[in-house]
Amino acid sequence: MVNLGPMMAKATWETLYMVGAAAFFTLLLGLPLGVLLVITARGGLWEKPGLNRVLGVLVNIGRSTPFVILMVAVTPLTRAIVGSSIGTTAAIVPLVVAAVPFMGRVVEQALHEVSPGLVEAALAMGSTNWQVVTKVLLAEARPSLVRGTALMLVNVVGYSAMAGAIGGGGLGDVAVKWGYARYEMDVMYVSLVILVVMVQVMQWIGDSLANRFTHK
Amino acid sequence: MIELKGLTKIFKQNGQEIVALSDVSLHVPRGQIFGILGQSGAGKSTLIRCVNLLERPTAGEVWVDGREITRLSPRELRAARQEMGMIFQQFNLFDARTVFGNVAYPLEVAGWPRQRIWERVEELLALVGLSDKADAYPAQLSGGQKQRVGIARALAPGPKVLLSDEATSALDPDTTRSVLALLREINQRLGLTILLITHQMEVVKQVCDSVAILEGGTVVEQGGVLELIGRPGSRLRELFYEPVGDVAVRIHPEGVRVVLFFVGASADQPLISAMVRRFQVDANIVHGAVERIAGATVGRLLVELTGRPEDIQAALRFLEEQGVSPEVIPHG
Ligand SMILES: Nc1ncnc2c1ncn2[C@@H]1O[C@H](COP(=O)(O)OP(=O)(O)OP(=O)(O)O)[C@@H](O)[C@H]1O
Ligand SMILES: [Mg+2]
Repeated sequence: MVNLGPMMAKATWETLYMVGAAAFFTLLLGLPLGVLLVITARGGLWEKPGLNRVLGVLVNIGRSTPFVILMVAVTPLTRAIVGSSIGTTAAIVPLVVAAVPFMGRVVEQALHEVSPGLVEAALAMGSTNWQVVTKVLLAEARPSLVRGTALMLVNVVGYSAMAGAIGGGGLGDVAVKWGYARYEMDVMYVSLVILVVMVQVMQWIGDSLANRFTHK
Repeated sequence: MIELKGLTKIFKQNGQEIVALSDVSLHVPRGQIFGILGQSGAGKSTLIRCVNLLERPTAGEVWVDGREITRLSPRELRAARQEMGMIFQQFNLFDARTVFGNVAYPLEVAGWPRQRIWERVEELLALVGLSDKADAYPAQLSGGQKQRVGIARALAPGPKVLLSDEATSALDPDTTRSVLALLREINQRLGLTILLITHQMEVVKQVCDSVAILEGGTVVEQGGVLELIGRPGSRLRELFYEPVGDVAVRIHPEGVRVVLFFVGASADQPLISAMVRRFQVDANIVHGAVERIAGATVGRLLVELTGRPEDIQAALRFLEEQGVSPEVIPHG
């Protein structure tokens, strides 16, 4: 039996680091992407059918590419940004590339739920497009956005388990290396339990925040 | 205050053209409550949305308070919109904001300082009678309360014009009456010009000074409510009253059936008894309704006159002189 403690702690930290950083950048890029998808659409606040179509296609490509393939495909990008294509930090790049299109759709859907009447009322009161987006669309969609963010986090946790393939480390990597390759089932189960707890906590925080923001 | 000149709006939908408004010209005098009456699909919403340019007219001009709205830059248009409040059938309150936050919204947009926003919102909530609901969310309010919040929000920046798109259509009759009374009060207290669209004659009856009737995207009639009701053969009168034949049975087969319209002063005098005393005729009131409309008494009576033909003719001339425009209904 190996000394589990330090190894599990390190793997947990790696997972949290990868997921946290990836989620941060995903929000940073996914929110504007989702907003653009909505406002550039036909009949939107800032109609740009060409841009809308291009974004739509990009998002669909990102969404339909399996993560394992994406991870390899973005290697040049990873190297350009991080300086290396191997390691925990390097794994953040493909995680973001995979999660942004997903987040974009989540945001798009959340904003679509906001009644067009509210946008209309805001415009009738002399709002700028920026004010409509920030004070009405994003504000009214907040419960759905929070729920969507939790969903994105859970997804990123899932992707991060595959990051071992490019030396990303983390709990998924430990589970595969020890459980699958060496039949150390204890290590695998412990990793699994930590992952499940992580996902549960994310979901729980997401749900309770969303409920707090709901006034319908 | 509001002037529409040759307004036309054509929607293009899967290659088809839908003419929602065609060459509509309207004049809404300052300080009036002006109703636009029309059935579903007549183009009412399209028309009112053209006033603040939520909808761009295909052709024609929109003038509000001496400025041509259709020619403003985007920035000028936003400023102009802050001078036009709007209320909606579905209220369109922000669910994520409290009542206070909703009323504060247009002031935030207009860049008011916090302290002034606070004072102004308090003032408006008092005006619409919702001071105790400042911290409630729209989901916790009744329909009537929601529309009061809508009105407070629309009035917050101190607009010159209020646009109302079927503001009472989602409310029950009692609530409708109280919301209309509030609009009337605001109109009188603040001298606000109100353009309201509706498919309900009741709304026109209760609050409108003037009315335009919209049918199939064109204005078929416009003018003062009392003037139009007083005018024989007007479309408003036709819409206002059911056909006589449907509401009254014939009592004296030989009697001359006459419909009398009373508007304003003539309704306040005992004309029928005066007529009966002066001429050798009997009058039988078969059907009648007297209401208060636009602050005046308005009535329609269906009477059957019996007596000698020459006496009846004299009586009819007397009624004509009294300005109640008698209409004799032919037998059959
Ligand atoms: N955005 C649009 N695209 C295509 N056609 C439209 C659009 N908006 C309105 N129309 C059409 O224009 C006509 C007038 O519609 P409008 O909504 O102005 O009627 P309305 O008098 O307000 O009716 P209602 O009482 O049902 O609200 C209708 O035939 C409608 O189908
Ligand atoms: Mg309508």
